[in-house]
Amino acid sequence: MLELLKQPWPWYVAGVLIGLTVPALLLIGNKSFGISSSLRHICAACIPANIKFFKYDWKKESWNLFFVGGVAIGGIIASFVLTNPNPMVIAESTKEALAAHNVKDFEHLLPTDIFSWNSLLTLRGFIFMVVGGFMVGFGTRYAGGCTSGHAIMGLSNLQLPSLIATCCFMVGGFIMTWLILPFLLNL
Amino acid sequence: MTTENLKNVDNDEFELKATCINNSEVKKPWTANLVYAFMGMLFGIVFVKAEIVSWFRIQEMFRFESFHMYGVIGTAVVVGMISVFIIKKFKLKTLDGEQVVLTPKPYNTGVIIGGLIFGLGWAITGACPGPLFAQIGSGFTVIIVTFLSAVAGTWVYGYFQDKLPH
Repeated sequence: MLELLKQPWPWYVAGVLIGLTVPALLLIGNKSFGISSSLRHICAACIPANIKFFKYDWKKESWNLFFVGGVAIGGIIASFVLTNPNPMVIAESTKEALAAHNVKDFEHLLPTDIFSWNSLLTLRGFIFMVVGGFMVGFGTRYAGGCTSGHAIMGLSNLQLPSLIATCCFMVGGFIMTWLILPFLLNL
Repeated sequence: MTTENLKNVDNDEFELKATCINNSEVKKPWTANLVYAFMGMLFGIVFVKAEIVSWFRIQEMFRFESFHMYGVIGTAVVVGMISVFIIKKFKLKTLDGEQVVLTPKPYNTGVIIGGLIFGLGWAITGACPGPLFAQIGSGFTVIIVTFLSAVAGTWVYGYFQDKLPH
């Protein structure tokens, strides 16, 4: 059993478990699934700076911070207890395309030649980690949610704004992947 | 799906509806939140074991070279839809006996502009906000920088909110 859990889990197992998070949160405590909100609560709790946007009852939403703390702990367990004994299996075509753009490490969840402390101060590392992170935080708040709040929770509740948001997430991703990333990867 | 909620709402209403998603009125001690930490933990394990937090899986998705992420998100949405349908249909109550509240998602133009910006960032970092936490747990400590930058992005949005087009 443990050996099986250590293998990468198939999409249908993950999809069902993630989908079940929606009713679980609703039925346990009347909470709507959404993760990017945690970033706003962190701002409201730590650096409100008298900005109107950060003046609200974040303590009522502190469950969200416990949830994301749990996600980090889950990451530790999955990586260090349920360690996958094999290297990542990545589509050959993706590998070839990325290798042509100067990506060398295909063993880990993330390419360590881009995402590492050593590359943080290179132009490429700075763009991928710092600029990319900024766009994730800025964009999700501007859009009122991320993949969990809009694509999963919002679509589950048949919300048209969430369908629009999800389409925009994908369009942004395609533009970056096909038009901009080849250039950024070669920096 | 209705088009009724496609009316532009003002910034305050938009953000409160989008981020204040605890609809329970029951007051509980902070320890009651541990159940959410536990659920987050299970969620984080799924994230890493199904490799959803992998930059490569996101690349495969946007390059149409693997079905994996489409399968994960598609299944999650279908399971979520059926669950919400059942909750509404049978008017299920929470464990505390409250009526389940489903807040409609607010809309303004920010959904489009912000959605595009997030999409661009998603393809660069290979992570949405949830996976960032799981990547840090997985030992990629440098992602703490990405996370702090995402917090900064949220803060800057808050600072300039009234000047941005919505």
